[in-house]
Amino acid sequence: MLAVAGAHFTWNLADDFRQLFEFPFMVNAFRAGTIVAVVAGAIGWFMVLRRQAFAGHTLALVGFPGAAGAIWLGVSATWGFFGFCVGAALLIAWLRPERGEGYSEESSGIGVVQAFALACGFLFVSLYRGFLNGINALLFGSFLGVTNGQVLVLLIVGGAALTALAAVGRPLLFTSIDPDVAAARGVRVRALSVLFLVLLGLTVAEVSQITGTLLVFALLVMPPATAQLLTARPGVSVAITVVIGLLVTWLGLAVAYFTPYPIGFFVTSFAFAGYVGAAALRRGGRRRVIA
Amino acid sequence: MRTALHADAIDARDAAVRLGGRTVWEHLDLSIPAGEFVAVLGPNGAGKSTLVKTVLGLVPLTHGTLSVLGAEPGARNHDIGYLPQRRSFDAGLRVRGVDVVRLGLDGDKWGLPRPGRRRQAEARRRVDQVIGLVDAGAYADRPVGEVSGGEQQRILIAQALVRRPAMLLLDEPLDSLDLPNQAAVAALVSRICRAEGMTILMVAHDVNPILPYLDHVAYLGSGGAVCGSPEQVITSETLSRLFDTPIEVLHASDGRLVVVGQPEPPAYHVDRHEH
Repeated sequence: MLAVAGAHFTWNLADDFRQLFEFPFMVNAFRAGTIVAVVAGAIGWFMVLRRQAFAGHTLALVGFPGAAGAIWLGVSATWGFFGFCVGAALLIAWLRPERGEGYSEESSGIGVVQAFALACGFLFVSLYRGFLNGINALLFGSFLGVTNGQVLVLLIVGGAALTALAAVGRPLLFTSIDPDVAAARGVRVRALSVLFLVLLGLTVAEVSQITGTLLVFALLVMPPATAQLLTARPGVSVAITVVIGLLVTWLGLAVAYFTPYPIGFFVTSFAFAGYVGAAALRRGGRRRVIA
Repeated sequence: MRTALHADAIDARDAAVRLGGRTVWEHLDLSIPAGEFVAVLGPNGAGKSTLVKTVLGLVPLTHGTLSVLGAEPGARNHDIGYLPQRRSFDAGLRVRGVDVVRLGLDGDKWGLPRPGRRRQAEARRRVDQVIGLVDAGAYADRPVGEVSGGEQQRILIAQALVRRPAMLLLDEPLDSLDLPNQAAVAALVSRICRAEGMTILMVAHDVNPILPYLDHVAYLGSGGAVCGSPEQVITSETLSRLFDTPIEVLHASDGRLVVVGQPEPPAYHVDRHEH
C-alpha cells in the first residue's frame, strides 16, 4: 500500500529512522497514530471491562454509512462520522432495557442498530455512483493522507474524550464492576452508562477517520483485552493497554512503510500476536503469575 | 456518627409498596433498634429484597412512613453498607478483590484517585483492615472472578464495611454458599455486629444458620409483617395468623426450625427473580 519510491529497509536502523520521517505525510501518520492509540486504548479498556465490545463494534460500523451519507450529501465525511456514531450511541443507550444493568440484555437492540446502519451504508453508496474508490478509504482508513488540520481535530476531540473519561473514571469503574452497590452509593449508574456510550461513539468517530471503520475495532479491543489478561490491577492495566496500542501502531506504520502491504494488516497482526502471546503466558503460568 | 443505641435504626409505619401494579406488601410496621442483628424472613415473592431497596431509598413507598437512621430513606446511605442479592462476579473479571473493596471506600468520588501519599496510605490501611476483619487476606490480591463464592462473599462484606457504616443491609448473603461457609459467614457477621455496635439487617431464606445470633426477626407475609424475637415470631400460631392459613413450626432435635405449610415450594434456593 505504501512502498514509497526509494524507501528501502536497511540494517542501518538510524538510516531507516531518517527515511521513516523524511516525508511530512509520515510524520502526520505517526502523530495521528499516537493520538488514536492512546484514546482508543483508554476508552477501549472500559469497553472490554464492561463487556460492551458488541456496542463498540456496531459504533465502528456505523461510521461507514455516516461517512458515505455525508459524502453523498456533499458535506465533509467528518460530520458523517461524528453525527452517525454519536447518534447511534444515543440510540443504543435509549434502546437498552430500563431494568437491570446487565450488558447481555442490550445485545438485541445493538444488533438492530447495526443491521440498519449497514443497510443505510449500501443505500448511500449506491446513490452516490462513482464513489467506489472512497469505500476503500472508509473501510481501511487513510493513515497516509492525514493533514495538519486533521491532527489538530484529533488532538482536541481526543483530549476532550480523555478528560471526560478521567473525570468519571472512578465511578465508571465502580458501576462497571458493581452497578447495584454503586447505585446505592448514589452513583448515577444510568447517566454514566449513557455518557460512556457517547464517549465510545466520539472516540470511534474520531479514530475511524484515520484507521477506517474496520481497524478502529482492532485498536479498541485488542490492547485492553491483552492488558487485562496480563494484570488485574486497574491502573497498571490501563497503562499496559496504552503502551501496547502505541507499540503496535508505531510498529505497524514503520513496517508498512518499507513493504507494499497495508498498515491495518500489520497493526492488527501485531496486536493479535500480543494477545495470543499473553493468553499463552497466562495458560502456561496460571499458578505462577500473580494477579 | 453512630445513632444513639436507644433510637430505632429503621422505623416503618403502615408502609406499602406497589411495583408494576402489584402490591408487594402493605400495612408494614417495623421497628429495628440500633445495634441489633435482625433477620428479614418470608416466602418467595414476599418482598424481602424490595424492603431492603426501600430502606435504601431506591424504591419509593406508596403509602405510610419510613425512617432510616432517623432520616428519610436514601438520605443517609453513606452510613449504610449494602450487599445486594446474589452477585457473583463473572469468572473473566480481571480486577482484584482489594480493588472491589477499595471502590466501596471511594468509588463514588469523581475523578481519579488523588495521588497524595498520606491519603493513599490511609485508604490502603483501611482496606487492609477490613480485609483482615473478614479473613480475606489470603486471596484479596487475586482476580475476584477466580475466587470461590464464599470468598467473594467475604470480599463483598469487606466492601460493605469499609466506610465504617452504622448499618449493614445484607440481601441473602448465605445463599449459594455451602453449609460450612454459611455457618462461618453467619458467625462473622454476628461478630462484626457485636464488635462494632452495628445494626445488621440480613435477608435470609433459611433462618437456621443465623438463628443462634439473632436479636430480632421480621417475618414478611401477605398481611404485612410480624416483628419480635425469633421465639415469639417463628411459632405455628403467629405464622398461621400472618399468612391466614395453617402453618406448623417444627423443632428438630438439633435446635433447627422447620416451617411447614407456608405458601411456597419447600426448596431453599428458588427465589432468583424476586426484586
